[in-house]
Amino acid sequence: MNELNDLLRRILFLPVQGSDFARSVDHLHFFVWSVSMLGAATTLSVALVFVLRYQRKKTLQATPHIEPKPIHEALLIGGPLVLFLTWFAIGYSQYVVLQTPPKEAMDVYVQGKKWMWKFAYPGGPNSTDVLRVPAGRPVRLLLTSRDVIHSFYVPALRLKQDALPGRYTQTWFNADPGRYPIFCAEYCGLGHSAMLGELVVMPAAEFDAWMDEHRRTNQAAAQDQRPIAAEDIDVRGSLLEQGRRIAATQGCLKCHSVDGSRHIGPTWLDLYASKVKLEDGRTIVADEAYLTRSMMEPNAEIVAGYKGVMPTFQGKLSGPEAAAIAEFIKSLRTDAPSAEPQKGPVYVPVTDK
Amino acid sequence: MSLSPTSDAVYNSPNYLTAPTGIRSWLLTLDHKRIGVMYLALVVAAFALGGFFALLLRLELLTPGPTVMDAMTYNRMFTLHGVIMIFLFMIPAIPGVFGNFFLPLMLGAQDVAFPKINLLTVYLYLIGATIAVWGMIQGGTDTGWTFYTPYSTTTVTTLSPVLLGAFILGMGSILTGLNFIVTIHTLRAPGISWMRMPLFVWAMYATSIIQVLATPVLGMTLLLVAIEKTFGFGIFDPARGGDPILFQHLFWFYSHPAVYIMVLPAMAVISEVVQTFARKNMYGYKAVAFSSLGIAFVGFFVWGHHLFTSGQSTFASGVFGVLSMFVGIFTAVKVFNWTATLYKGAIQVSTPFVYFLGFLYFLIFGGLTGIALSTVSLDVHWQDTYFVVAHFHFIMVGATMMAFLAALHYWWPKMFGRMYSERWSLAASLLVILGFNATFIPQFLLGNMGMPRRYYSYPQQFQSLNVASTAGASVLGFGFVLVLVYLVASFFSGRVAGPNPWGSRGYEWDTPSPPNLLNFPETPVITRGPHEYQDGPSAEVTHGH
Repeated sequence: MNELNDLLRRILFLPVQGSDFARSVDHLHFFVWSVSMLGAATTLSVALVFVLRYQRKKTLQATPHIEPKPIHEALLIGGPLVLFLTWFAIGYSQYVVLQTPPKEAMDVYVQGKKWMWKFAYPGGPNSTDVLRVPAGRPVRLLLTSRDVIHSFYVPALRLKQDALPGRYTQTWFNADPGRYPIFCAEYCGLGHSAMLGELVVMPAAEFDAWMDEHRRTNQAAAQDQRPIAAEDIDVRGSLLEQGRRIAATQGCLKCHSVDGSRHIGPTWLDLYASKVKLEDGRTIVADEAYLTRSMMEPNAEIVAGYKGVMPTFQGKLSGPEAAAIAEFIKSLRTDAPSAEPQKGPVYVPVTDK
Repeated sequence: MSLSPTSDAVYNSPNYLTAPTGIRSWLLTLDHKRIGVMYLALVVAAFALGGFFALLLRLELLTPGPTVMDAMTYNRMFTLHGVIMIFLFMIPAIPGVFGNFFLPLMLGAQDVAFPKINLLTVYLYLIGATIAVWGMIQGGTDTGWTFYTPYSTTTVTTLSPVLLGAFILGMGSILTGLNFIVTIHTLRAPGISWMRMPLFVWAMYATSIIQVLATPVLGMTLLLVAIEKTFGFGIFDPARGGDPILFQHLFWFYSHPAVYIMVLPAMAVISEVVQTFARKNMYGYKAVAFSSLGIAFVGFFVWGHHLFTSGQSTFASGVFGVLSMFVGIFTAVKVFNWTATLYKGAIQVSTPFVYFLGFLYFLIFGGLTGIALSTVSLDVHWQDTYFVVAHFHFIMVGATMMAFLAALHYWWPKMFGRMYSERWSLAASLLVILGFNATFIPQFLLGNMGMPRRYYSYPQQFQSLNVASTAGASVLGFGFVLVLVYLVASFFSGRVAGPNPWGSRGYEWDTPSPPNLLNFPETPVITRGPHEYQDGPSAEVTHGH
């Protein structure tokens, strides 16, 4: 079975399969490809046989008038229909899996920018163009863009997700150890084809050690009050700490409480992942996309019982700043042992060291 | 059979090409046949220009790094190639040339319903094309033909002229569609009931509906982009409070049906060609006729399959994916019926028939890759890679271009009254089909490997397949030049064709070649369906077996 998989993969020039998802997508690919080839070959052979068999013999040759029986047309429609819908059912169920990150996934914020990729770990370091993740653990990417639309593409994972300016999209994967190229798949100008990155999937223990190391460096840098990057945002401390600071300086906390009390706007405590009833009757889940949208287009989805008085923060908050605030909101949970979010085995509180 | 405009008076009266004479008589003509010929000259020129840019692109991609141009020039080239091929060739080609020329002839009419509007569309094309091409070259537009926001509204290059050009071209497209719909409804000769219309007319009818309904949305969308770009209103750019995905929805609401504006006319041509050269009535006339309408209808509800990786809701992606399958079903119906038409036929393998076989082959693979792309999870890997590029070139060049060439070779004797060299045309058809395969099969594999489209430079591992593709493109280009050479030769010195060299029972062949200025001396009365060969071919076979 593995040999067959490998053989077909090579025939079709597909890159290595870096995850179980990639393997399952390839299996569907092989199924669709082989049946398509068979179907096409059959149809074309029939056509060829007719062409050879029914050559014109006389200049004035007449031909019989033939019309199909309805059952023939029905079969010609029904056969492909069943086949196409089967493929669709398999492909769509895989897509649903891809669109539904597991709850325990580790989050990484991805920001596309002409022409580089930036990665930020909640409570951890930032990096450019190289994304390090642990092998065998689900990793959720929360993507945005600073300028135009980019698309985060890892061929080895059969994974692609557009990064849009002004809002967040998400995707996830659980990869095998290895190093895989990252491309930008959405045309973004002069440096589009040079917007390359690398996904480094490390054994989990190695990753934890690496993350730990970087947390300490970050902490030291924060204590020295020394910015470590020259971007327009303050990257001192973890994303969560930045979020708390930005929320205060931007005036968010004048209207939103963090302790569950009702104020001008809804409280942030336990907001993340909760079901929110909207003024227009809909109920939605307060995920990152909703939180970001509420900063950028506050009047698009107003929580039931509140007035649409919040100004837009479009243009006032950069992508990473919005991400930091979202991360801060996520940390505000009554069931959390501390104000810090649960991050699975990766998380080691830096301040305790 | 009572369609017999063969009186001496008709044959002795001057044909549409020679009377009246003078450049003014062409520029101000209201004759649908002359307008068709003018469109032919214009779209061939556009195709040559777009093809030239395509060859430059392939040349640049010969090596992983810079080869003959810088990144900015490359980005401008693929924008020029895309805009010219889509808006100046693919959309107007078959309706503009063969629709104009043959729709009235197939309906037994003297002209289209609105001849003046018909002439207007030629000038709209000319004005739109000039503005668009001049604007792109002058302003260096680098957005690609899809104009995705916010890249397009924030790029430093000029965009408004090409948007204005496309807007004007869109108006021409709407008017052509409107003209055809009215013509089909009101100008059918006595005896041509809906179920006796040639299948070419059915598919042109479906095309026209899409042109009239979808093109206004493109016009509005392009206008909004121009407004954002020029006046800074926030419509699509999130930095100004806009929504970048909204553009993609509006754009594809037109541009996906527009794919069927390009491919339905190809199917229209193929239905005629297969019946004539297999000398056989269409197996499943109704199925083929209604599947055209089916494609036109479902085509409006599948645009979201361009947005599977955009963050569109999972449910929406599912709906768009499953609806896309139905386009595949309607296409499969046509493929099966064309194939079955060959059964018990009397097949003559002439150049148009070779292009029919090429068309069938490309449509099957182009269609099946389209089905594969609609299975959603596979699209996540292929979206915006060379796989998609290869897929739509299989449909657009493979199917539509083959059909355009089939139409050109099938109707050439009718349009210009002369035959072309069968030997050279067969050789060229094989070169074109071979070159096309060599160009685009490697691109499918590049897409599988994960090479994104619109890549100026690429990692080393993609090179060998890119070299193969460029080699194929040069064969393809050579094939097209060959076609041009022997057709020009035929125009001046080809053997006189006679009214019906193929013995076709299509209504349009019951006229002299080239047709008389008024088409028919008196309105014909039709007493049979098109392409019925129980009594053999039309009597006036002057060429072939």
